[in-house]
Amino acid sequence: MTTHDITITINGEAITATVPARRNLVDFIRQEAGLTGSHVGCEHGVCGACTVEVNGTPVRGCLMLAVQADGAHVTTVEGLADTGRGHRLRAAFQTHNALQCGFCTPGMLASALEYVEGGGTADRTAIREHISGNYCRCTGYQAIVDAIVEVIETGEGA
Amino acid sequence: MTGPALIFDKPNAYIGQSTPRADTNRLLEGRGRFVDDIQLPRMLHAAFLRSPYAHAEIRGLDTSAAKAAPGVVRVLTGADLEGVVEPYVGVLTHLKGLRSAPQMPLAVDRARWQGEPLAMVLARSRAEAEDAAALIEADLDPIPAACDAETALDPDAPVIHPEFGSNLAWERLVDVGDVDAAFARDDVQVVSRTLRFGRHTGVTLETRAAVAEYDPSEDRLTFHYSGQAPHMMQFIFAKHLGLAEENVRVVANDVGGSFGIKIHTYGDEVATAAAAKLLGRPVKFVADRYESFLSDIHARDHVVEARMAVDKAGKIVALDFDDLTGIGPYSMYPRTSAIEANQVLNLTGAPYDLENYRARGRVVFQNKNMMCQYRAVGHPIAMAICDGLLEDAAAKIGMDVVEMRRVNLMRDDSYPRASASGMKLDDLSHQKALNVLVETMGYDALRAEQAELRARGVYRGIGFVSMVEVTNPSPMFYGIGGAPIASQDGATVRLDAGGGLRVSSSVTEQGQGTNAILAQIAAGVFGVPIERVTVTTGDTDTVPYGGGTWASRGAGIGGEAMLQAAHALKEQVLEVAAVMLQSDAATLDIQNGSVVDGSGARMTLSDLARTVYYRGNELPSDLKPELIATRHYRVTDFPFVFTNGAMAAHVEVDTETGLVKVLNFWAVEDCGRVINPKLVDEQVRGGVVQGIGGALYEECIYSEDGQLMNATMADYLVPMAVEMPDIVVRHVETPTKTSVLGAKGAGEAGTGGAPAAVMNAVNDALRPLGATLWQMPMTPERILKALGKV
Ligand code: FES
Ligand code: FES
Repeated sequence: MTTHDITITINGEAITATVPARRNLVDFIRQEAGLTGSHVGCEHGVCGACTVEVNGTPVRGCLMLAVQADGAHVTTVEGLADTGRGHRLRAAFQTHNALQCGFCTPGMLASALEYVEGGGTADRTAIREHISGNYCRCTGYQAIVDAIVEVIETGEGA
Repeated sequence: MTGPALIFDKPNAYIGQSTPRADTNRLLEGRGRFVDDIQLPRMLHAAFLRSPYAHAEIRGLDTSAAKAAPGVVRVLTGADLEGVVEPYVGVLTHLKGLRSAPQMPLAVDRARWQGEPLAMVLARSRAEAEDAAALIEADLDPIPAACDAETALDPDAPVIHPEFGSNLAWERLVDVGDVDAAFARDDVQVVSRTLRFGRHTGVTLETRAAVAEYDPSEDRLTFHYSGQAPHMMQFIFAKHLGLAEENVRVVANDVGGSFGIKIHTYGDEVATAAAAKLLGRPVKFVADRYESFLSDIHARDHVVEARMAVDKAGKIVALDFDDLTGIGPYSMYPRTSAIEANQVLNLTGAPYDLENYRARGRVVFQNKNMMCQYRAVGHPIAMAICDGLLEDAAAKIGMDVVEMRRVNLMRDDSYPRASASGMKLDDLSHQKALNVLVETMGYDALRAEQAELRARGVYRGIGFVSMVEVTNPSPMFYGIGGAPIASQDGATVRLDAGGGLRVSSSVTEQGQGTNAILAQIAAGVFGVPIERVTVTTGDTDTVPYGGGTWASRGAGIGGEAMLQAAHALKEQVLEVAAVMLQSDAATLDIQNGSVVDGSGARMTLSDLARTVYYRGNELPSDLKPELIATRHYRVTDFPFVFTNGAMAAHVEVDTETGLVKVLNFWAVEDCGRVINPKLVDEQVRGGVVQGIGGALYEECIYSEDGQLMNATMADYLVPMAVEMPDIVVRHVETPTKTSVLGAKGAGEAGTGGAPAAVMNAVNDALRPLGATLWQMPMTPERILKALGKV
């Protein structure tokens, strides 16, 4: 099996490892970096549970190979918590109970953050469209929409 | 029910408040503790070879290449587990006549469904285990399969367990009143329909997962799993792996959704535990999504022939149906796969005043994945049968569907009483719930709008359901039939030296907010700020013995045990405080972490606890304080504590594409005392969305020869955010008299009721076009077929 030596900076920390070519990014994050906040729900790009930020853009960690992220900067849900970015969203998620089991939440937060930071409006349908790449099996989505709307309407950023 | 009074009116009572869930912080910050997050020294990873055929003789499994593959430590087949695992059989004695065959975690000489595990590879990584599993040469001989439940009882159908002589697993008949005479009356109108309910499944976002550790030096198994009932699994591993029950620890930390999927005994999980025992080192198994579709239990799979007779006044005179349900090749262990059909017979028509009722249920084996209890067991079928026919009959006699319900729903002042099927009912509010619903949704205006839009070729429909939900089950559900499933639950509350409360409970958390409501109850009843309460659930080593979370029982049963324990601890603490303060315990209370009397705070709990724990010399020697209390609770007077609800769906059907858009959904729920309104509303909403999924999108599609055709998340459709409406939730609160807390369950109502409401709404939209549809999911293709367009 071909292996590659790669370095990925995750939440500001450079992690170097020798990985098989087939290892995907989310497995790298979970196994090499020990950051288990990013989840795996389908491994084929549908559920969104593995969504992380790569060089500032949300990416499905199961669809990108770790070697493709060689040299990249990755932010995971743990990194957001460490820096405080997205704290209003997290608070709103808690107030509205926008998570039940919490398995979809890291990916959902990443998508919500993209929407809010990208200047998305408080339009419920637009929000629903934006988060439709993230499956949540528990909440029925309404509370997630409520949380995002509240953060946007407060007008102080994510 | 006697017990602590006035607990609901105190300052800081918490009960009844939408207190946020403290444990969401760690989930929001990526610090959850899911099974796949566990890494242990020397841990191996399991991958399974699964049967590609629905039915096949296993002639041989050549594992030599797999054994030699990189990273592989061991390969196990069914034969290797013989003598290691005692076979299990999914029957219960109170379901008389139910039969099923002994099952092994890995198939031994015959595979009976596509996806059944045949062999297990243990390797240093999951990737290596999967590579090696692909190298196993399986000599399988496909044999004729009985896949379709509707033909599985035919005389020429292949018999899955030849020793039984047929594929019938169980049947039951309920026959009350004189059904035939009622249908023969000349003043009744009759509607009859065939209803079909496809298979769907839970699609928990976290798949099933297990990490098993075995320590041979202590003969001790620790099983971390993503599941709902740790004590049940403790018994099962002890019995079937030959271990002392006290040497088995089952731990369920964070669970990424369950919905009933994660409460059963799965061969791959038993094999994981067995492998850990055989190898003496930790083994991890995490199902991938494909495995999860193939092996997580499926739900529903019913064909129902049903008819209803109504008189001119809209009164239901009789209801008669025949339900056939396919359960796969075995009845699932230990809850059995007959409970769903049993529920359908018990619950159909239960909201209504019904004298003549006949229901036949047949449960059949077939060569598909196993069917078993999933959220709202049997409820969607039961509600769709009765409320579907009710609305059909209303259309036939030209009566409004709300009016027809008012005529037939049990009166709110008519309890206690029984349903036609003999279910004991009390504290229900069907009429009131319907009134609240009609008012909330603005029914008359919606009907007017509907008529106006129809004239313009826009087809909207409004559909209702009036329902009951089984919650807070007593031992009559499983225990009576011999299953190792506790119906009682326990709670322990301990006052720590710092003045905080450490509580533990045998009910479990999968995101419902169990831990949060336990903290609310403990804090409120005992009298500390909620921040001072820490909660432990999901660990057989530390929590009291109990059943776990299923059948909407966590709040009602686990919550009551917590209330009783917190109250008992409070009495103990006040007794100590009375001695220390030289006053009368009856004049003391605990508020905000301090012992108080009429004049204010007298002593902090931490002062009291430190005195007891560190400076016992200051106490009289005959005072022996116990700053810990445990109480257990079970429902005794009723087999189940029913809730009721009324729901309505508003849909638009695109008659060109067959697409259904759910525009609005309203749910009025009476789950007794509401402990946390936000959490209850969210349970209802999540449940409704799963119900809408079952009604419109979700289906495990099988080929005729038993191949699951859509076992990926891309092909199996679960509801997405953009398709779902905002859901309005309202409450009627009729506390149950079976407990002080008065809470009933709320977790399954949405899933149980929404499908019938959506089906009724779709048919309401289609009727003016001369079409109706009685098959779920109501896909665009089926709608177009009903309209005669394809
Ligand atoms: S795990 Fe990557 S999208 Fe589902
Ligand atoms: S909270 Fe469970 S999947 Fe979203």
